[in-house]
This record gives sequence, structure tokens and C-alpha cells, in this order.
Amino acid sequence: MTKDKIVIDHLNLQYADGTESLHDISMAIPEHAITVLFGPAGGGKSSLLRCLNRLNDLTEVRALSGRILLDGENILDPQTDVILLRRRVGIVFARPVVLPLTIRGNLTYGLELAGEKRRSRLEEALVRSLQLAALWEEVKDRLDDPAVALSGGQQQRLCLARVLANQPEVILLDEPTSGLDPISTGKVETALQQLKKDYTIVLVPHSVQQAARVTDYAAFFLQGELVEWAEGKQIFTHPRVKRTEDYLEGRFG
Amino acid sequence: MNRRLFLDRGLAQRLGISLLTLVTLVTVLPILAAVVYVVKAGLPAISWQFLSQMPRDGMRAGGILPAIVGTLYLTFGTALFSVPLGVAAAIYLSEYARENTLTRLIRIAIINLAGIPSVIYGLFGLGLFVFFLKFGTSILSASLTLSIMTLPVIISATEEALRAIPQSFRTVSISLGGTRWQTIRRIVLPQALPGIMTGIILGLERAAGETAPILFTGAAFFLARLPNSPFDGTMALPYHLFVISTQVPGMPIQIQYGTALVLLAFVLAMNLFAVIIRSRARSKRQW
Repeated sequence: MTKDKIVIDHLNLQYADGTESLHDISMAIPEHAITVLFGPAGGGKSSLLRCLNRLNDLTEVRALSGRILLDGENILDPQTDVILLRRRVGIVFARPVVLPLTIRGNLTYGLELAGEKRRSRLEEALVRSLQLAALWEEVKDRLDDPAVALSGGQQQRLCLARVLANQPEVILLDEPTSGLDPISTGKVETALQQLKKDYTIVLVPHSVQQAARVTDYAAFFLQGELVEWAEGKQIFTHPRVKRTEDYLEGRFG
Repeated sequence: MNRRLFLDRGLAQRLGISLLTLVTLVTVLPILAAVVYVVKAGLPAISWQFLSQMPRDGMRAGGILPAIVGTLYLTFGTALFSVPLGVAAAIYLSEYARENTLTRLIRIAIINLAGIPSVIYGLFGLGLFVFFLKFGTSILSASLTLSIMTLPVIISATEEALRAIPQSFRTVSISLGGTRWQTIRRIVLPQALPGIMTGIILGLERAAGETAPILFTGAAFFLARLPNSPFDGTMALPYHLFVISTQVPGMPIQIQYGTALVLLAFVLAMNLFAVIIRSRARSKRQW
């Protein structure tokens, strides 16, 4: 049994506008594995993801209680250094957002924010992260072109590489392939399988099929509640809870 | 039947477009006419001597150098105060302040400030800078007065430019471990810069052409030498134009129109500069 990288302990979240919320979530996210959070839209998956690196700070929250332990430390503690936390826990969004910089500028952005000025370090991180995200071959000759010139699939892998360049411990992905064609999706999924050896990955998949393809562990969310979480193999073949089964068989959602 | 309808519609379309074109021309023509008239009447007066010499014979001869230099000083002085203040205020309003009663109040105040008649700014400057702060009628007092008048323009334009930057850039930057300020400095400001510059130039252009705010605070009827300190009064193009057009009998008409032409060229050049910045930025924009 692997070590739990993140432990979520009785997490409750309510937004100020009353839209989406989380009710009493408790689960663990094991190290060096892919944990998928799946379920119908509005179930709280993205909200949970955003709590894991405190991006929820940017939203007006009415109530937040419980604990999220990263390596045993509660990141919801007001004392937490959120800047440092966000370097340790990176996120890739559904729509690829490239910063209005060159490809190189996008990749070194995070490290430069952290004060890294040594060219050799930046260059090293650039090459390594592009290779990990399976993008190096496609862009190595045009690193100084504007990043918007890349295709959608390339942009999304650039966003993944940009997170990797920060050398995070945990990578959060919020429907990273929702706008991509099957070939690009395949490339991202293959990259994730490679990455899980060194990183802890939390993925909100864009379909149940994708969830089943990449899962090591899986958690099913429904209307802000965690219905069931277990090893992926088990949940996708023998769900214990009726509501999970119904969802997987397409009876709703 | 259908064909007939189609024809009628086509006719209506053409009529509508012609009418709109006509109306547009009606609004543009007076402006063009004014420019052409000033250029035609003023051009004969323009010479190197006119631009580089002091006025002579009770301003009825010689050049308008002190007025040109004064307007440059005032524009520069206004920029010195209003640009940092205005841009900083806009950054605060757009990037830091939460939407609440206070910020709404500030916004309403800014909008209303933009609508206050300029002569009232002049009186306010007289009271605050000239008398209370004892800066006297000086470049400093006039620049500060013009700054207050220019601030709302710069703040609104800057805020608008900042808001046009997609929110997703900020979220991404912060998710990569950026602070708010790093995000503003590295992503938001560079992208908003062309819009901010345009706003600044339009604001300063208005300041350069104003007479009323400097009337009591810094403008001089006539000075025999150029100002050499911020506490000196100064001549300025708009006020000089007012003086030679109404206060000096027997004034040669070319000098009046020559002065008007110089002021117009100054303001139009700034405007042109703003247009160039904007169109260049638009072609380079990456989102």
C-alpha cells in the first residue's frame, strides 16, 4: 500500500453565491498514482480540485471547514504559505490558457516568479518539462515563437509542461482533454501514465471512459457529496453503491 | 410579389445607408473645415523665427517661444503628477479593491469629476495650491490643477484597459505561484500598456489645450524671459491665444491663427501618437 500524499478530512465548502458546494468530504489521495474524481457536472469535483492548491481563495467563499493535509500539514490553515503551496501543487485547466508570452516564456514563468535567474536552470527545466509533456519534438525549433501560435492540443500540453517546470509534487488536472481531439487526448493520457511514477496526480476526467482508462483510484461525486471512493478497478467493475452503478450504466447524468 | 419586395428592401437599404453616410459627413465636415481654415489662415505666420523667438512690440511681432515652452512644461508637469497617481488608482480599483459600496462611490466620484467645468478646477487650484499651499501662480500650481482635471480620464481609461485583460491570465499566473503584484507587473500591465498609454495621451492632450484651469493658477499675460523654476509663472499656448485674440488691440491676424495652428498641431500630434500606439498594439495582440 502506498503512502497517502493528501488526506481530506471532513471538508465542507459553500460559495457565497450558493452555487456549488462540498458536503463533508473525507478521502485520501495516494502518492504516485492517478486519482480520478468523476461524476455529473456540478458535483463539486472542480471545487475540490481548487481547494487542493487554495485557488478557491480567488472565489468568495461563505463557509469552509475541515482539513486538507498535504504530507500531514493542513493547507487550509490561514498560516499556510499559499505561494509555496501552489508551486508544490500545480493545476491544469480545462481550457488551455497560454500566457501572452513566447513558448519559452510560458515554461519558465513559474520558476522566474520564484526568483530563478540562472539560464542553465531555466533551460534545463524547459527541456525536461517539454519532454515529459511529450511536446519537445514539436516545438524545439520555435521556442521563441508566441505560444498562441500552437494548436489547441499543443497548448494544453504546454500548460502541463508549464506546471511540470515548477517541479511540483502534485498535479491537478481539471478536464484537461475536454477540448482536444482523440490523438491529442491520447498523448496527454500517455504522458500522465509516465508522470505518475514521480508525481501524485488528481484528474477530473471529461468522460467516464477516460476515467476508467487512466484510473488507479477513483472517487464518485454527486451534488457535492462523495458517494464512493476506492481503487479504480473495483469502482468501475463492481461499484458498491447503487448511485455509482446507476451513473456508470448511464441511467442519469 | 417576392421579387418586388426584395427590390423595395434593397432600395430601403440603400436609402438608409446614404442617409447615415450623410449624417456622418455632416458631423465630420465642421471639424475638417475648422482644421482647414486654421491651417490656411495660420500657415503664412509659421516660420522658424515664429517658433523660436520671444514676442516683441507688445506681442504684435516676433515669435511665441515662451508659450510653446510653457505648454510643454505644463503638459510634462501634469504627466508627472497625474500618470503615477491615476495608473496606481486604476490598478487598485481594478486589481485589488473588492466590489463594495466604497469602490462604487469612488467610481461615481471619478465619473462626476470628469464632468466638472474646467473653470471650477481653476478656482479650486487657486484656493488650494496658490493660496493655501503657497505655491503662488506658478507652473507647479497650474500643473497640479491640470493633474486633478486629468486624473479621472487617466483612471477610467487605465481601468478599462486593465479589465480588458482576460481573467484567465490572472488565474493561471496565480496558480503557478505568482503573487498578485507579480501577475500585474508581468502579465496584466504589459498587455494593458497600449490602452493605458492611449488614455494618458488623451488626458494630457486635453490638459494641454485647457485655458480655464491655468488662468488663475499659473498662466502669465506676458513674460520677458522663459521660466526657469517650477515656482515661476509661465505663458501657455491656449491662454496666449486668448490674450492676443481679445486683449491686445491692433494684433496682426496671422499671429493669432499661427498660434492656433501651433496649438492644434501639438494636440493633433499627440492624438496621432495615441492612434499609432493603439493600432500597433492591436496587430500584435496575442489573445
